[in-house]
Amino acid sequence: MRHEPAQSPHVLRGLAVEARNVTKAYGDRVVLNDFSLDMRPSEFVALLGRSGSGKSTFLRVLGALDGDVEGRVWVPRRRAIVFQEPRLMPWLSVLRNVTLGLPQTRAVKDHGLTTLAEVGLESRADAWPRTLSGGEAQRVALARAMVRDPHLLLLDEPFGALDALTRIRMHGLLRALYQRHRPAVLLVTHDVDEAILLADRILVLTDGRISLNAPVDLAAPRGLSDPRFGALRRRLLTELGVDAA
Amino acid sequence: MTPLSTSRLRTTPVQAQPASDGTAIAPVLASTRVVDLDLVDPTTTGAVPAQRPAVPRWLQRLAGPVLLVLLWQVLSITGLFDPRTTPAPVTVLNTAAGVLGSGELQAHLQASLARVLLGLAIGTALGTVCALAAGLSRWGENLIDANMEVLHAVPKFAFLPVLIAWFGIGEEPKVALIALAVWISIYINTYSAIRNVDASLVEAARTFGVGRRELITSIILPGALPGFLVGLRLALTSAWLALIFAETVNAPAGLGRMMSDAREYFRIDVIFVLLGVYAGLGLLSLALVRFLEARLLGWRRAFDAA
Repeated sequence: MRHEPAQSPHVLRGLAVEARNVTKAYGDRVVLNDFSLDMRPSEFVALLGRSGSGKSTFLRVLGALDGDVEGRVWVPRRRAIVFQEPRLMPWLSVLRNVTLGLPQTRAVKDHGLTTLAEVGLESRADAWPRTLSGGEAQRVALARAMVRDPHLLLLDEPFGALDALTRIRMHGLLRALYQRHRPAVLLVTHDVDEAILLADRILVLTDGRISLNAPVDLAAPRGLSDPRFGALRRRLLTELGVDAA
Repeated sequence: MTPLSTSRLRTTPVQAQPASDGTAIAPVLASTRVVDLDLVDPTTTGAVPAQRPAVPRWLQRLAGPVLLVLLWQVLSITGLFDPRTTPAPVTVLNTAAGVLGSGELQAHLQASLARVLLGLAIGTALGTVCALAAGLSRWGENLIDANMEVLHAVPKFAFLPVLIAWFGIGEEPKVALIALAVWISIYINTYSAIRNVDASLVEAARTFGVGRRELITSIILPGALPGFLVGLRLALTSAWLALIFAETVNAPAGLGRMMSDAREYFRIDVIFVLLGVYAGLGLLSLALVRFLEARLLGWRRAFDAA
């Protein structure tokens, strides 16, 4: 299956992602079951689900990492992924990791440095990745994605392995990057609060299907003190099968 | 109360404070009983002292060999060691000075070094090329890997008669035996290192538009370099071993020739000098690989100076 036609007719329809009737099975186990999703450009969608619900599989399909599916999928040619682990090449400098896969010109290096500055790590441009903390490494991974100026940013539980305080700072950083560059974002997460804090729309995936589609219309800045935050949180947790009494 | 106690704290319970939301928090200690706890200062009691050793580490490590040689000398002087089978260290040193002074050792060492270096160069080149071909393409793997596995299974020195049949009894079979041993060590380790480059890194690189050429030069080769250096270390060890076997065949010069001459004339002291030379060459080889590792694998260190 090809995700990248030479001329996408869907550009005119104003969509960043169009997934139609996507079905994916590993042997007898159906991971995505006739799954459909449209995303507008610059829309921030969070995909929630229990482990094994198929949320990461869907992200991998959009990222062209898992092509063996039924159905039709359209995604922008310009897209980037941030994985749960930073996946930096330990033998390449931080800057060289950011500009991976791009022509190594002066302009690209400068753009890489600018992007590193956006995540607050320009001073570590020449450092080896192993000398970074977990949060710093994930910020480099974020810079590596943003330097491509993606139309679709795929985030696969990017903050799942970070400590709670670092995660809060990363939420702020991601929000700032999103507001400056406005890519469409698909955030796969199991953190309900993270989804409510960041997303325009939250989908809950249960057994390979969307079981809840909830727009988030909370005023910024979003916070736990907002009673509607709590209401949405309870609704999502109930949908996920957690008794949030 | 034990006499270890250095201070004594009088602990009294805190009055239960109502929390801001009105619910009372239970006091930590329910009674008003005064408790005497046995307290010690952890900075002085039983703490591991964090002091730097007065003697450098390398000097400490030298103590073992030096003591062994001293013991050997003592046992030789007291006559417990028969000088005809075990010469004293001082005798060995004198012999070493003699063969160095006459230039005999240097000439033989040079002949052996030339063989090892040539064999090493040929073997490393062959091993690396084969590992790249087998590691980077399915066809290369099909053609090469099974053959190399069979070659690996045969003890290398069993090839010596074949090499003599092919190349005669000149320099060629000697260099060929060393090259064969090096080739296999480099191939086995480099090939498996290429195949074991972290698949998640390769996947990430692909999603960022890394093409085949950059994938090989920036991801796979640097990722396989540690494995190659392990192969090089083993290759150096097998090269010296192969040299000893190779020089049993009609060697006009070389450490092996010197060894067989010494055996012929019952010069056990020369044999001990040669054992020392082999030890020195082996240690030098290890130091060379360590140097290369430090230079090429700087990224593996957990923290840099910056």
